Amino acid sequence: MAIEELVRSLREIVGDRYVLVEKEDVIVYEQDGSIFQVMPEIVALPGDVEQVAAVVKAAQSANVPIVPRGSGTGLAGGAVPAEGGVILSLTRLNRILKIDLENHIAVVEPGVINLDVTKAIAKDGFFYAPDPSSQAACSIGGNVANNSGGPHTLAYGVTTNHVLGVEVVLDDGSITWLGGEVPDTPGYDLRGVFVGSEGTLGIVTKIAVRLMRARESVRTLLAIFDQMDHATQTVVDITAAGIIPAALEIMDRTTIEAVERGAPVGFPRDAEAVLIVEVEGLSEHAERAIGLAREICQRDGAREVKLAADEAERQRLWKGRKGAFGAMGALAPNYYVQDGVVPRSKLPEMMRRIAEISQRFNLRIANVFHAGDGNLHPNILFDMRSPGELERVIDAGAATLRACIELGGSITGEHGIGLEKKAYIGLLFSETDLEAMARVRRAFDPDNRFNPAKLFPTPASCGEIRLQPGHIPAGLWI
Amino acid sequence: MQADKTQEHATPQGIAALDLPELYQCVHCGLCLNQCPTYRALQLEPESPRGRIHLVKAAAEGRIELNERFAEHLYLCLLCRACESACPSGVQYGHIAEAAREQLGPPGSELGRAVLNFVFTQMLPYRNRLRFAFALLRLYQRSGLQRIARLFLPKKLAEMEQLLPAIPSRFFKPHAGIAPAIGARRARIAMLDGCVMPLLFGSVNNATVRVLQRNGCDVIFPSQQSCCGALNVHNGETTAAKQMARRNIDAFLDADVEAVIVNAAGCGATMKEYGHLLRDDPDYRDKAERFSARVKDAGEFLADLGLVGELHPVEMTVTYQDPCHLVHGQRIRNQPRKLLQAIPGLKLVEMEGADRCCGSAGIYNLTHSGMSQHLLKEKMQSIAATGSEAIVAPNPGCMLQLRSGASRFGPDLKVYHLMDLLDRAYRQAD
Repeated sequence: MAIEELVRSLREIVGDRYVLVEKEDVIVYEQDGSIFQVMPEIVALPGDVEQVAAVVKAAQSANVPIVPRGSGTGLAGGAVPAEGGVILSLTRLNRILKIDLENHIAVVEPGVINLDVTKAIAKDGFFYAPDPSSQAACSIGGNVANNSGGPHTLAYGVTTNHVLGVEVVLDDGSITWLGGEVPDTPGYDLRGVFVGSEGTLGIVTKIAVRLMRARESVRTLLAIFDQMDHATQTVVDITAAGIIPAALEIMDRTTIEAVERGAPVGFPRDAEAVLIVEVEGLSEHAERAIGLAREICQRDGAREVKLAADEAERQRLWKGRKGAFGAMGALAPNYYVQDGVVPRSKLPEMMRRIAEISQRFNLRIANVFHAGDGNLHPNILFDMRSPGELERVIDAGAATLRACIELGGSITGEHGIGLEKKAYIGLLFSETDLEAMARVRRAFDPDNRFNPAKLFPTPASCGEIRLQPGHIPAGLWI
Repeated sequence: MQADKTQEHATPQGIAALDLPELYQCVHCGLCLNQCPTYRALQLEPESPRGRIHLVKAAAEGRIELNERFAEHLYLCLLCRACESACPSGVQYGHIAEAAREQLGPPGSELGRAVLNFVFTQMLPYRNRLRFAFALLRLYQRSGLQRIARLFLPKKLAEMEQLLPAIPSRFFKPHAGIAPAIGARRARIAMLDGCVMPLLFGSVNNATVRVLQRNGCDVIFPSQQSCCGALNVHNGETTAAKQMARRNIDAFLDADVEAVIVNAAGCGATMKEYGHLLRDDPDYRDKAERFSARVKDAGEFLADLGLVGELHPVEMTVTYQDPCHLVHGQRIRNQPRKLLQAIPGLKLVEMEGADRCCGSAGIYNLTHSGMSQHLLKEKMQSIAATGSEAIVAPNPGCMLQLRSGASRFGPDLKVYHLMDLLDRAYRQAD
């Protein structure tokens, strides 16, 4: 089927307004929250599950790839149409279909914004636990695709721990549920296979999520340090003391500068690191735990420890923390964020290594991380326009990921593999591991139709990411 | 597969005037998306702040042309600047959109553009012409001509005619000398008269002067002042806008005052950014910065000064609509609420999304009535849910829009300026 014919049938399915082909329309879909760009040919925005199924069938007949996209906030290039085809934007499927507080369940469409779920139930004393920093913009569908985490992952786990079931459109256009509204359905946990599959197995069209009761008390403190080492050691000591905080977040001096320049919340600009500690639970427990955390901060060398006096102050701290990535623009035109993981006890060592990498490659690196679970986000700051800089950035990124693996960690905590890290996945998995995963993929998507060129290393790219000369940034991942 | 993509990036001939520093502050995080009224309504990336920034960047790089499609995306934007409040990097989206519109010129069909150009360059800068035009409109409304015309106007024109507000019987006439402070003098200020304010909301201007007087302010109206130029700047006309800015700078900077008070949010936001508008004018750049530093919204100024004098109870339940160019453009969120809460007997009930645009947006309600009405309808629903008796919105555009919303969609509420209610509380104390 020719492209014109495909466009015609897509228009019949979703309506003229929701099929984009003009350059001044589709160009804005060439990039997500990452730095990768590939110009799309067609963007289709279905309005319901039947339309999604019909779009999948149309792409099937035309034999073109389908690239699902939510809010486009992903940081690994997962929604970039690497091999062309149709971008299937799910933003119009944005209804909350059901809220069942008695059974702590909501059923939502994939385009629903993460924070909107919590907003819809907050007045009843409930919340949806996974809280990526982009939660004011990212979609639940995108969270499912990337098995997203967030600051509160430490206490509540990642997205897969909060998804009971998903309705999916398979490669032949059939619609089915995997899992359901009750926990522990028998048989293979195909729901679990879909969560984190980065859009490579099919299109998620409904999600049954678990809702949680808000805790009686939440206490939050901000500890200010003159040395990064002291902040990371404090994290090790807090967990060693048997406190399991809801969140343990560190931001370094450069990140503080970005936040304070972009949308200030009042972090001290002369500190080397700030640590946010949040504890929750029954009032007595939260009170005791925060007191203990405070003592440990002071013992480990915090120059000041401030308890958030009220909810407004707590919200301000989190606004600063959650805006940190977006604030990088206040320091540099581009940033390349890594998503490494190291065992918590290796944090002090890892931070020293990052400082060394920053010096060696002569690049500013802003660190903001989920310290509690050793999930690092070094943001390498650069300017795409200055020649040669991007190459150094790629090399510095590779060096940080290698350091993570050397220290016994992993190359992604929560952002997914996407385009960005597929060259490195071989560092983590053996050929046999990858083949096992590829078999699962083939079982669902034998034609390699869904989000091709993601997640798995392409033959040309086992090893190093290479740049095409004079061409940025689409060639970055080849 | 890569070869064609390489060519994609290789098109030269960018537009240097659009290669703005603000573009490189956006890191594509997307936190603006869900705050954008048009993105919320359509769920289309080209109708989002991030999408529009991407388009302008692509045009600056010469990857796309400034064609009709591009113009549609840039002009569907309300310029509400809610994205600026949401942006963690502090990207000044308004500057980007205004620069793009400057390249495009005013929106609409050829005829529409000609009409707008005429209004921007031949009407707004001249207060007498505006006054005359509004007097004619008033005659049209009161002579019975309106009733006859409505029978014959073509549909599109008839719809626009419906939006024409009732012109009050009296226009505002600024005080010739000083309106003196009542009680101990605390400040000497100059006030912007405005272009539409004195013609449609003369009573608000009068109320503002009285409230300022009661708070110990000597109020003057420099006679050489002009319209602020906001409508021009927002719609791609900058030549006349810069002239108006220079005229205001001259008129107000020489008046020996502590502050320049503005009671229209859109005007205040523009006047606070004269420094940016005149950044390439060596004679006025510094003066503009000094001038802008003195500009204060009436509510902002009074909240900072602190109210004095006895306020009589105003028994009323109201909800507050944040004018976009107050809350996002000037970051003034708490001060007006603080003033409302200072009025005894008055109960303030917050609506859902108070800081979301009502769809007025200058002349947007005329150029994009479909989107404008969609947003207004949603707004009226949020207002209805508060159970309020009245809406407070300290900006003329919002007031007109909400009045038409109240009569069109209900609930049938009164719409006040913040200064109306403060004035009422003071006057009843007499």
